[in-house]
Amino acid sequence: MTVSVDIHHQLGEFALEARFESAGRLTALFGPSGSGKSTLINLIAGLIRPDRGRISVDGNVLVDTAARIFVPMHKRRIGMVFQDARLFPHMSVAANLRYGRWFTPASERYAKMDAVVDLLGIRHLLDRRPAKLSGGEKQRVAIGRALLASPKLLLMDEPLASLDEARKAGILPYIERLRDETKIPIVYVSHSVAEVARLASDVVVLSQGKVAAAGPTEAIMQRLDLLPAEERGEGGAVLDTKVLRHDEAFGMTVLGSQAGEIRVPRLARLVGATVRLRIRARDVMIATEQPTGLSALNILAGTIAAVRPGIEPTVEIAIDCNGAIVLARITEQSKHTLRLALGHKVFAVIKTVSFDSATTGAGLSVEADG
Amino acid sequence: MNWLLDLTPDEWNAVRLSIKVATVAMIASLPPGILLALLLARGRFWGKTLLNGLVHLPLILPPVVTGYLLLLTFGRRGPAGAFLAEHFGIVFSFRWTGAALACGVMGFPLMVRAIRLSIEAVDRRIEAAAGTLGANPLWVFATITLPLILPGLIAGAILSFAKAMGEFGATITFVSNIPNETQTLPSAIYTFTQVPGGDEGALRLTLISIVISMVALIASEVLARRVGRRMDIE
Repeated sequence: MTVSVDIHHQLGEFALEARFESAGRLTALFGPSGSGKSTLINLIAGLIRPDRGRISVDGNVLVDTAARIFVPMHKRRIGMVFQDARLFPHMSVAANLRYGRWFTPASERYAKMDAVVDLLGIRHLLDRRPAKLSGGEKQRVAIGRALLASPKLLLMDEPLASLDEARKAGILPYIERLRDETKIPIVYVSHSVAEVARLASDVVVLSQGKVAAAGPTEAIMQRLDLLPAEERGEGGAVLDTKVLRHDEAFGMTVLGSQAGEIRVPRLARLVGATVRLRIRARDVMIATEQPTGLSALNILAGTIAAVRPGIEPTVEIAIDCNGAIVLARITEQSKHTLRLALGHKVFAVIKTVSFDSATTGAGLSVEADG
Repeated sequence: MNWLLDLTPDEWNAVRLSIKVATVAMIASLPPGILLALLLARGRFWGKTLLNGLVHLPLILPPVVTGYLLLLTFGRRGPAGAFLAEHFGIVFSFRWTGAALACGVMGFPLMVRAIRLSIEAVDRRIEAAAGTLGANPLWVFATITLPLILPGLIAGAILSFAKAMGEFGATITFVSNIPNETQTLPSAIYTFTQVPGGDEGALRLTLISIVISMVALIASEVLARRVGRRMDIE
């Protein structure tokens, strides 16, 4: 499944000029507010007609202004989850969920009510009215409603933006299950590094209406220069890890990664589960010799693979730890004092306590429920 | 109490006729009323202000003028009246159907206004959500918009009914005051006041008129509240 976009759209002063292609399981459209990501997703859904351009999903042309093709939204079979849920207030949750089924040809209905209801944990809500739901519950119902129309593509427009941290943490696991347990490709709009790093397989970075970069999440998250200023501190390496064991005595979990073992605060995950770990560049220290007498528990050996200028007065150092890149953000002075340069052998030092639920994504021992 | 219910056949006919005329006027106004309300609330076209003015005209004009215009247009020799009589066999002049037409026209601005306001209050983003789920614009209207504007629809219908129950000027100008055919409650009351000793009859019909209006109003309140509770809009 490939989503291919090449459009030009003018909105007053703002010009959206985007071209990208993605075949990822979950493609994040990422950028600060005002970068055009919501406009882009509305164009894919068919809520807006572009001035010029072409959009196709898996070879099916949805818009092609040159060929005068515009498939209206109700014929696109593209599910959409809005930031504000938009449930039908005059229908029960069950009726909301069933709504899309009506319009799906019987032969193309792959989504099963029971499976979706269980996937999202909303069985106890079926008889309620939308007005009686919490923000997190509404959003789960909205996801279910979109799924039950058996869409060919699922669009999510900042589905967590209007929720508080606890509710976000409550929904993220459901979106992960959606990504891993269903076959529907997802395009996900977000301005949060934490969400993108945790959920996305591919990222398209938008900046002022243009595609600034596109590629696999691991690569994009290391490009701190691409992140919006207020989110830059959240940038860093993204590693796929596995839970090796729990250290109950000290309340820790040991994760195995290509870069080596990493100790994080106790996670509510089973041994063997995969955890996508984000190591913020600002949390990584660099030592030129194996440190001793240090409280930090994670010391990863590697060689410097890249030195890039960061925002003054910092530099970004990419350390190749056994093939996995760990990114460190240090001051210009430290780089100078330690005489860091390409190819040097160094140690990346990360405190265990610098990991939190936002970077381990697994939720710490106490899982918040949305 | 007996003297109140002891109506003459002619009086009963006036009551029955009024209810029939008002009901037909209300039901027949609903489809064009919804259509015009939709146009005025959502449409963007040249002459919208003019159309809005035309719809409101019966509210501003003296009812006699409206009745006379109806007579000119829908009378036997009027362009619309001759056409309808010739091709469809529908005759308005001096028939109860003409009374219904006059009442419908007089109540139309009130109905359109109520429905238009409720359409303007509908969150179009919810309709867009239905569109992404596969509903075409007609289905969106039937399953989302219509249920959401139901309270406004009920209010508009009741306003139209109440206006029709009280309509006098346009009706009497257009279709005159013929017992058993076009003599509605207000016309009958008017007739009683014109003859000596008619006070008792006028009072009886006045009380009945009040009762019918109150019942309609209370029924609409109850209905609207029930719909509102079912809806529980956030």
